[in-house]
Amino acid sequence: MTDAPASDPAARIDAVVKNNHVVLFMKGTPLFPQCGFSSRAVAILDHLGAEYESVDVLQDQGVRQGIKAYSDWPTIPQLYVDGEFVGGSDIMMEMYESGELKQLFEAGAAR
Amino acid sequence: MPMQAHEIEAMIVAAIPDARVEITDLAGDGDHYAARVVAPSFAGMSRVRQHQAVYRALDGRMGGVLHALQLTTAAA
Repeated sequence: MTDAPASDPAARIDAVVKNNHVVLFMKGTPLFPQCGFSSRAVAILDHLGAEYESVDVLQDQGVRQGIKAYSDWPTIPQLYVDGEFVGGSDIMMEMYESGELKQLFEAGAAR
Repeated sequence: MPMQAHEIEAMIVAAIPDARVEITDLAGDGDHYAARVVAPSFAGMSRVRQHQAVYRALDGRMGGVLHALQLTTAAA
């Protein structure tokens, strides 16, 4: 009676988002991104020296579709910090350039 | 079937009437665009909400027929 959460993509997404400080849902892995947008997201996080958990949506069709509904966001990658949806690669780039993303990670690390 | 720049612009303006939309065809292939959408009605909305408004205007095409749309938004 407790295996429903494990098989339910929304519950799996919820668990990874809430149990990690920084989570990147992406296509491929940080070492081998499978899409230019995911590659850009990884480059930004690596450049900021952020420690993050990554989820390869290509390995899990349930998560690949589920994350779009979970975030109300149609594309991958998607960044979560402290359980909050931050945005996709365009917003990450804007926040990187403005210094907001660095601040966000520093604020989290200071807690 | 890729979307034309003017179709993208028309859909955004239909849903967000005060939007000014600039579309750039990044690769010249009708499939990789950048859009800048500036709308006074975005004032007070987070970036995520502003982007969601544009994606909603595109009615499911983003991430589907429209693979690559780099998006920047602003209120003014």
